[in-house]
Amino acid sequence: MITEKRLLRAEPNFRLLAKLWRINWIYVLLICLLGGVGYGALYSAGGGSAKPFAGPQSIRFALGVVMMVALAMVSPKLLVKLAWPFYFFSLALLVAVLRMGHVGKGAERWLILGGVQLQPSELAKIALALALATWFHRASYKRMGNPLFLIPPAIMTLVPVALVLKEPNLGTAVIIACVGAAIFLGAGMRLWQVALLAAPVPFLGEFAYSHLHDYQKARITTFLHPESDPLGAGYNIIQSKIALGSGGMWGQGYLHGTQGQLNFLPEKQTDFIFTMIAEEWGLVGGLCVMGLLLLTILGGMLMALRCRHQFGRLLALGISMNFFLYCAVNLSMVMGAIPVGGVPLPLISYGGSAMLTVMFGFGLLLSVYVHRDMRFGEVERAGV
Amino acid sequence: MRLFSRSGKAKPRRPLSSNRTAAQDLPSRGVFTRRALVMMAAQSAVLGVLGDRLYKLQVSEGGKYAALAENNRVSTRLLAPPRGRILDRFGAPLAANKVNWRALLLAEQTADVPATLDRFSSIIPIDDHDRARIERELKHKRRFIPVVVRDFLSWDDMARIEVNAPDLPGILIDVGTTRLYPQGPLLAHVVGYVAPPNEKDVARDQTLALPGMRIGRAGVEQFHDAGLRGTPGSVQMEVNSVGRVMAELNRQEGIQGEELGLSIDLGLQQAVADRLTDQAASAVVMDCRTGEVLAMVSNPSFDPSLFDSGVSQQQWIDWTNDQRTPLINKAVAGVYPPGSTFKPAVALAAMQAGTLRPTDRIFCPGYLDVGGVRFHCWAKHGHGSLDLHGGIKFSCDVFFYEVARRTGMDAIAATGHQLGLGTVLPIELPHQRAGLIPTPTWRRSKGKHWNGGDTINSGIGQGYVQATPLQLATYCSRVATGRAVEPHLTRTVGGIIQVASEPAHFKPLPMPDEQLAALRGGMFAVVNEAHGTAPKARLPMDGVQMAGKTGSAQVRRVSRWLRESGHFDSSRLPWEMRPHALFIAFAPYDAPQYALSVVVEHGNAAAEVAAPLARDIMMDTLNRDPANRKDAPGQRVADAE
Repeated sequence: MITEKRLLRAEPNFRLLAKLWRINWIYVLLICLLGGVGYGALYSAGGGSAKPFAGPQSIRFALGVVMMVALAMVSPKLLVKLAWPFYFFSLALLVAVLRMGHVGKGAERWLILGGVQLQPSELAKIALALALATWFHRASYKRMGNPLFLIPPAIMTLVPVALVLKEPNLGTAVIIACVGAAIFLGAGMRLWQVALLAAPVPFLGEFAYSHLHDYQKARITTFLHPESDPLGAGYNIIQSKIALGSGGMWGQGYLHGTQGQLNFLPEKQTDFIFTMIAEEWGLVGGLCVMGLLLLTILGGMLMALRCRHQFGRLLALGISMNFFLYCAVNLSMVMGAIPVGGVPLPLISYGGSAMLTVMFGFGLLLSVYVHRDMRFGEVERAGV
Repeated sequence: MRLFSRSGKAKPRRPLSSNRTAAQDLPSRGVFTRRALVMMAAQSAVLGVLGDRLYKLQVSEGGKYAALAENNRVSTRLLAPPRGRILDRFGAPLAANKVNWRALLLAEQTADVPATLDRFSSIIPIDDHDRARIERELKHKRRFIPVVVRDFLSWDDMARIEVNAPDLPGILIDVGTTRLYPQGPLLAHVVGYVAPPNEKDVARDQTLALPGMRIGRAGVEQFHDAGLRGTPGSVQMEVNSVGRVMAELNRQEGIQGEELGLSIDLGLQQAVADRLTDQAASAVVMDCRTGEVLAMVSNPSFDPSLFDSGVSQQQWIDWTNDQRTPLINKAVAGVYPPGSTFKPAVALAAMQAGTLRPTDRIFCPGYLDVGGVRFHCWAKHGHGSLDLHGGIKFSCDVFFYEVARRTGMDAIAATGHQLGLGTVLPIELPHQRAGLIPTPTWRRSKGKHWNGGDTINSGIGQGYVQATPLQLATYCSRVATGRAVEPHLTRTVGGIIQVASEPAHFKPLPMPDEQLAALRGGMFAVVNEAHGTAPKARLPMDGVQMAGKTGSAQVRRVSRWLRESGHFDSSRLPWEMRPHALFIAFAPYDAPQYALSVVVEHGNAAAEVAAPLARDIMMDTLNRDPANRKDAPGQRVADAE
C-alpha cells in the first residue's frame, strides 16, 4: 500500500538533513528514557552516588546515542555489502576468544581489543542478523519453499551457535539460535518445515542436558530447588525474590530499598538491576519499566512491518527479537523463572560492552526505518 | 500508531498492483506481516506472563517475602561441626570440645565495619594483633561468612554486648566449641593440637573458613584431621534490619567428626611420665604381640591448648631456646645412636650371613686393631673368650667389632631394616624420622668415602647409626615375638576397630627362631644372670623375668689419649656432652607381652639411669596389664562409688 510519490522520495541519494528528519526520533526518545531509568537505578546501586556506576555508564550511553544516529544515516545498500565481511569478522573473533579469551565468572568470554572489553558473542548476534537478512532479501516466497536454499543460511546460523556453545555460554547460544529462527520464519520458511525441525527438539534437549558442564547442571538444579544450596547459586535467586517481595505494590522508595542498599542483593548493578528497581519503586515501577521495554520491542517490530524491502524487514525483526530475548531472559532470571545465566538487562544494567552492542543494533534498526521506502533489492526473476 | 507511520497516514492509499517490484514482493511481505504480528503477540504475551509473575512475587505472595525481608530477614549461616573426640583405650577423653561463647562479625549486615569494630572495642577491648587478624579475615572471606571478633566471652561480656546491641550492627553472639585437652601436656606429642587454619588451608577447603573451624597441626590430630573434622551444618535465622538474630527458623546440626580411640593407656602414660620426671627423655611401651602403643612419652612437653588461640612470642622463644626440645616428639622424631642396644641386631645379621654361630667364640683382649687403628673395648682389660651369649651379656665391644668386620655393613643394614630400624614405621604421627643404618653406598651417595673403621664403629651402634625410641621398641618387639610387628596408635575410628589386634596379623620374620632365641637368651642374661650389665633392671617379682639391653650413645668422640689417661669420667662433662642412656626390654621373658624402650638424653650411664627406669616402667605395665583388661584399673571402683 504505497504511493508513487513516496517511492520517488525513497531514492538512495536524498540529502543528509532529510535523512536526519526521517529518523524515528520518538523511538530515540524511548531509548533515552530507558537509559535514564538505567542512570537512576545505577545511581541508587552506587549508594546514592554517580560513582562508581552511573557516571561512567552515562558517558557510554551518550556515545551510544551518537553512534546510533550516525548508523541511521548508513544506507542499507552499504550494509548489504558489509554484511559478509562483518559476519566473518565476528566468527574470527569468536574463534579468537576461544583460543585466548579471558573467562569471567561463569563462562562469559571476552577479549580485550584496543583497551575495550569485547564480548564477541554479542557482536555475533547482530552480524548473524545482517548476514541472514542479506541472504534472504532477494529470495521470493516460492524460492523459500526449496529446502536446498535453506541449507546455507542454516549453516550460517549453526556455526556461531556452536562456537558460543563451546565457550561455553549456553544462554547466548540459545539467543543466537532464536534470532536466527525468527529471521527464517520472517523470511517465509514453510511452516511444515518448521514443524519437522521442531519435532526432535525435546530429544535434543535431553541429549544436551547430559552434555552440560557441571556448573550448568548445578544452575538448573539450584533453580529447581533453590533451598538446596542456599549459600551458593541459590542464594542469588532467594535474595532476588525476597527483594522483589519487600518492594510490594509501591516500593520502598528511591534509595531506600533495604535489600539492595544493604547488599543482600548480589550483582545488583548488573544482572539483578531490575530487582533493585522493583524493590525501590514497587510493582508499579517494575511494570512501567517492563512497559517501556515492551514499547521498544514492539516499536522495532512495527518499523520492520513498515519497511518495504525484505532486507530491512528481516534485519529489524532480528534486532527487535534479540532485544526481546535479552529482556525476557533477564526478567525471567531475576524472577526465578529460569536458571540464572549472566544475561544483563539491556540499556539498564551496568556494563559498556553489552549496552554498546545493543545500541549498535538500534542504529541499524533506525537505518532501516530511515530507508524504509528505498527502492532496493528487486526480487529475483526466478521467483516470479 | 502515528508514531511509526508518520508519512503514510494522511495520504490516499492505492494498491500498488501496477508496480512490478512491489507485486513480486507481495507474497513475501504478506507472510512476513502475518508472522511478525504473531511474534509481536507472542512477545507481548511473554512480557505479560512475566508481569503477572512480578505481580505475584511483589503483591499477592509478596507478603511472605516482604516479611522475610524487612524486620525478619532470613540469614543462613553454616555451622562448624564439633570435632571428633579422641579417647584412650579405656574411653578416657584425651581431646574433647568445650563450649565457647564468642562474638562474630557479619560484614554484610553492617554499613561501616571499622566503626562497628571501634564501638565494639570501646565495650570489650580488642588488641592490635586481633584487629589486624579480623581485618585480614574480612578481606578473604565472603561477606556472609562471619568472622570471630572475640572468643571465650564471659557472662559479663555477653551482657554488655547485648545491652549495646543497637550500636553494634553486624555483631552477633554465637556458641561454638573449642578444643579441650583434659590431659594437658601429658599427651601433647601423641594427640597433637589444633590451630586456626591459614589462608592456604582455606583456599583448599572453603568450609575451613567457618568460625571455630580448626585444623590438626601435630600428632594424631593432624594425621586423622580429615576424619575428625566432621561435616558442617547450617542454621537459618530471622535477622532484623540491623542484623540481630530474632529467631532460628531451621537448624541442621553439623555431623560431629569421628571419635578416635587410641591404644594409649592413660594411666600407664601418666605413670611413665612420672618416672621420667623432668629429664629430657622418651619412653615407648608397646604390646609386642599386637603392635599397639600403650604409652609414648616425650619429656619435657608443652600445653597443647595454647595453640588454639595463638601462641605468644615469649612462649615461642622459651620453647625454642630450651635445650630439651619440648616441641619435638622425641619418640618418633628424636634420633639417637642406639649404642649397644644395636648389638643384638648385629649378631642376628651375622647369623643370617653365616659369619657367626651362637657357639663361636671370640677373644677380647680389650681392644681390636683394624687397619692400623686400635678400637677399644669399654672394659679396659678385656673380657677374654666369649660366645654370642656372653657377648650380649657383657656387651663386649670387641666381640661386636669383630662380628661387624666379618659380616659387612650391607648385611647388617638388611637385617636392621627387617627389624624396623632405619625405616619409616606406619605409626599414625606426622614428622616421623626414619633414622639410619649407614652403608658404604649411602656414604658414597653423600660424596664421602666409607672407611673400614666406620663398619667397626657401626657394630656397636655408634658412628652414623641412628634410631628413634619407637624404632627401638619395635625392634625389641620383633626380636621378642619373631614377627614383623608394626606399631600403631589407632584402635578404633567411629567405634570400629581398625587393625586386627592379633599376633597372627603380622608376618613371621625370615630368621629361624633359634637365632632369635639366642638373642633373647643374651638379653635375659643382661638382666638376670650374675655379672650381666644391667642387674638393676631385674624385676622385683616372682616368676616373671624381663630381658633387656643397655646402650650408651656417645655424643662426642673420646680420644684414646683421654681414655688411656684413666681420667676420663663422662659424668664430669657438661650436660650436653654426656652420652645418652638407652634401654630396650621385653617381658615376660618366657611369653613376651610387652616391649619398651627408654632413652634419657645425656643420661650418662645406661645401667644406672635407663635400666632402673625400664624396670619401673615394666613393673607399672605388668601391674596394669592394659593389653588384657577391658577396663582401666581402678575404674570399676570409681564407678561403684
